Amino acid sequence: MSNKMHIKLNVNGKAEEFLAEPRELLIYTLRERLNITGPHIGCETSHCGACTVTIDGKSVKSCTMFAAQADGKEITTIEGIGGPDDLHPLQEAFKEHHGLQCGYCTPGMITRATKLLEENPTPTEEEIRFGMAGNICRCTGYQNIVKSIQAAASEMNAAKEAAE
Amino acid sequence: MIPAAFDYYRPKDMAGVLSILEEHGDDARVMAGGHSLIPMMKLRMADVPHLIDLQDVGGMSDIAIGADKIVIGAMVTQAQIIDHAELGTKAPILSEAALQIADPQVRYMGTVGGNVANGDPGNDMPGLMQCLDATFTVVGPDGERDIAARDFYEAAYMTAREDDEVLTRVTIPLPSGGYAYEKQKRKIGDYATAAAAVQITKDGGNCTSASIAMTNLSDVPVYSEGASAALVGTTVDDAAIKAAIDAMLGDIDPVEDNRGPIAFKNHVAGVILRRAITRAWSRA
Repeated sequence: MSNKMHIKLNVNGKAEEFLAEPRELLIYTLRERLNITGPHIGCETSHCGACTVTIDGKSVKSCTMFAAQADGKEITTIEGIGGPDDLHPLQEAFKEHHGLQCGYCTPGMITRATKLLEENPTPTEEEIRFGMAGNICRCTGYQNIVKSIQAAASEMNAAKEAAE
Repeated sequence: MIPAAFDYYRPKDMAGVLSILEEHGDDARVMAGGHSLIPMMKLRMADVPHLIDLQDVGGMSDIAIGADKIVIGAMVTQAQIIDHAELGTKAPILSEAALQIADPQVRYMGTVGGNVANGDPGNDMPGLMQCLDATFTVVGPDGERDIAARDFYEAAYMTAREDDEVLTRVTIPLPSGGYAYEKQKRKIGDYATAAAAVQITKDGGNCTSASIAMTNLSDVPVYSEGASAALVGTTVDDAAIKAAIDAMLGDIDPVEDNRGPIAFKNHVAGVILRRAITRAWSRA
């Protein structure tokens, strides 16, 4: 039982190939196998969303998917959204609007927010709160996360308008 | 957090799924979105030596809306239900309920088929499907058979689906009239303390048909024939709503847990059903 499987992923634009047991959860693949340690583990009941990544255009809690299920798929983590010298508008806005404190939920929050703004570029406060409801934060009280996402949305919409 | 080891299969068609189920019997389980099964595997409450991932089996992710019925493939996700514009017009109770299930991430993955086949009384879609008088189609070694949602649930995690069968689609008669899915929960993503699905039609100020089902108030979803009948022929005034609530309370059998004691759950069930009937009636 539990023969290792040959798994191919594309993570943040980079092809990855490895052998893994079927029971390997994707969050462990990312963190321990690929050393992509931005996505975090905050629970074991699929509530907190700290492990959120984008898989083939969906926000997914990577603690609730086996690497085997993700075979052949494209994955984006916080590391693929922007780096210290090349911040995504959401990363910039979380910094400017104090949308984080300990930073443990932040990779999942921002990854989820990229997808939220893709689907709804002009969300209301209520839509932001509902659209981020799969991500728990223990530090901020959410208020500044909402502000950060609002600010990023304005920034991104203005940039899009300027480009047109 | 760490599931036990298992063998993983990702067959390309249903024949492949059925042959693995036949070979391994009780030791094999199908997985759709994985958002009930994987959490149970992580807690080692589900032991699945042979896990069959349905994601590559074709033909199970379609929504087809006909003149008198809606057919939803078992692998249709909650997000697909919410995003489907025509479904939102023809059967708006589905997206109203789906938006009260779990959270965005879970809704991208969790499927209608998994929700109804799981057998957890906390799931919202079983009661909803009983309200809508849906039919579940399962396929097994001897072919397909249909099971009414109202006959599908036997006990917690026990359903009319046999171990060697796979639920492939849900067929819903096209609903008409007003609708509501009302859910009391402690927070986002929680299973209901009490929830009610109501579909109701009106003609000349009188209720001509009503269908009422309750969620998480027994070890199975509860279709309340008595509550439905109590509204028909009335103007859905206070007395009729009270009669429907009384009939519903006779049909549910809640248990005490961290969502509250039995008396509280009965109280909340009444409040939620009143709200659901009132809202459905206002939309009828």
